[in-house]
Amino acid sequence: MFTGFMGWRSVQGSPADRRIPGVLRDVHGANESIWSALFREDHLAKEFAREDASILRVNGRIGIDDEIDLDQWQIVVYGPDGEAWGTHTLADIKALPHHEMTIEHKCVEGWAQVTNWGGARFSDFLNLYADRIDDEITDVGMETPDSKYYVSMDMATMRHTQTLLAYDMVDQPLDDAHGAPLRLATPLKYGIKQLKRIGVIQFRREPGRDYWGDRGYDDYVGL
Amino acid sequence: MTAILEPDEAAPDLAPAPAPEPHAVLKHRRGTRWMHWINFPLLTIMIWSGLRIYWAEDIYAFGILDWEWFTFFPEWFYESLGLERKLARGLAFHFTFAWLFAINGTAFGVYTLVTGEWRGLAPDRRSPKDSVGVLLHDLHLRKEAPSHEGRYNAAQRMTYSLILLLGGVALLTGFALFKPTQLSFLTAMFGGYTMARRIHFAVTIIFMLFFVVHILQVARAGWRNLLSMITGYEVVDGGAGHG
Repeated sequence: MFTGFMGWRSVQGSPADRRIPGVLRDVHGANESIWSALFREDHLAKEFAREDASILRVNGRIGIDDEIDLDQWQIVVYGPDGEAWGTHTLADIKALPHHEMTIEHKCVEGWAQVTNWGGARFSDFLNLYADRIDDEITDVGMETPDSKYYVSMDMATMRHTQTLLAYDMVDQPLDDAHGAPLRLATPLKYGIKQLKRIGVIQFRREPGRDYWGDRGYDDYVGL
Repeated sequence: MTAILEPDEAAPDLAPAPAPEPHAVLKHRRGTRWMHWINFPLLTIMIWSGLRIYWAEDIYAFGILDWEWFTFFPEWFYESLGLERKLARGLAFHFTFAWLFAINGTAFGVYTLVTGEWRGLAPDRRSPKDSVGVLLHDLHLRKEAPSHEGRYNAAQRMTYSLILLLGGVALLTGFALFKPTQLSFLTAMFGGYTMARRIHFAVTIIFMLFFVVHILQVARAGWRNLLSMITGYEVVDGGAGHG
């Protein structure tokens, strides 16, 4: 009993690593090792009937509060050393093959809702930079134009066919609250990773800052 | 024809039976006791961290249509537990201690099978019927309790086995919620993500109700019974207690 109590105290008292006890952060890391090793790129999240899809409930406006001119919007792409690789307009993304999926979107808070996304596969977008992306690139960083919201995504998830750069939700162009004009959509992660209003994409050699990861959540949150 | 008997040979069957000496009998094996007591803090941590997670989307209630008789949970419940809104912490604790809970529970399952302890635990053919008798007896609605062999009565066999089974359900629905895409077969087995969450929650409520009844019954059964879960031995002088 004494051992157990001391064990509990040592967990609670271990030096905090980004807002949670370090021991727990380590276990998040161990869980990530297990589940990323088990990750199979050809294993797909379940697809639902198209008529079950509805517009998602809105749950957070961090990074999309500023008024922006959608006609002026573009994505800026950077390489691992911060060098600019290119820019893309919405028309560029829409020129990529169009894909749709009806999946169950899951929030880390516990709710889930079936919705339908339309957009381009991120893997097709990656092909635009095929000659510059080598095996050393293991992470994709994304930020809103105002840099107030940012995520760090593992490459395996980004290469998955169900990871989309989405511009439509249930056949309608994304509205402001859902991340117009372009957002990330994937059933492989909770909503906290599916960045709205993408402004910046950076290809990196290691994971970077992550908005909710830095606030005590698991960095991986793979589903 | 008479035979004279020496006094100490005199008709032994006529002598008053000696009062049974209180003696200790082994009731719970060492492994059972260890894993029982390890499980207690682990399950407490799982429920405590689970409540923090649930609070972020606390949508379950009893009621009909729009009328909610009881919502899980009223605000005072969370506040009296001092939970605060700490979802990230709840998740971190939950996904860490879940491994220990899983290891301990699995170890107990294996242990009870290998040692044959399960025979004293699993319900038999008479258990469903007899457990009703035990229940009526415990509620003072019936004088006689059904007789039983072994360390547990019929109601205990039923309840403990159910709780063990639900431990497995809690674990499996937990994984179904943790990795609903990678373990999609498991999520589908429980009727999808939303249903798996509902089952996971219901099982937790059953654990909490079981805990209350368990404590009451142990208190009723007394010290000797409680001590047997610590020392392994129960002092008996006739009847058997239960908890």
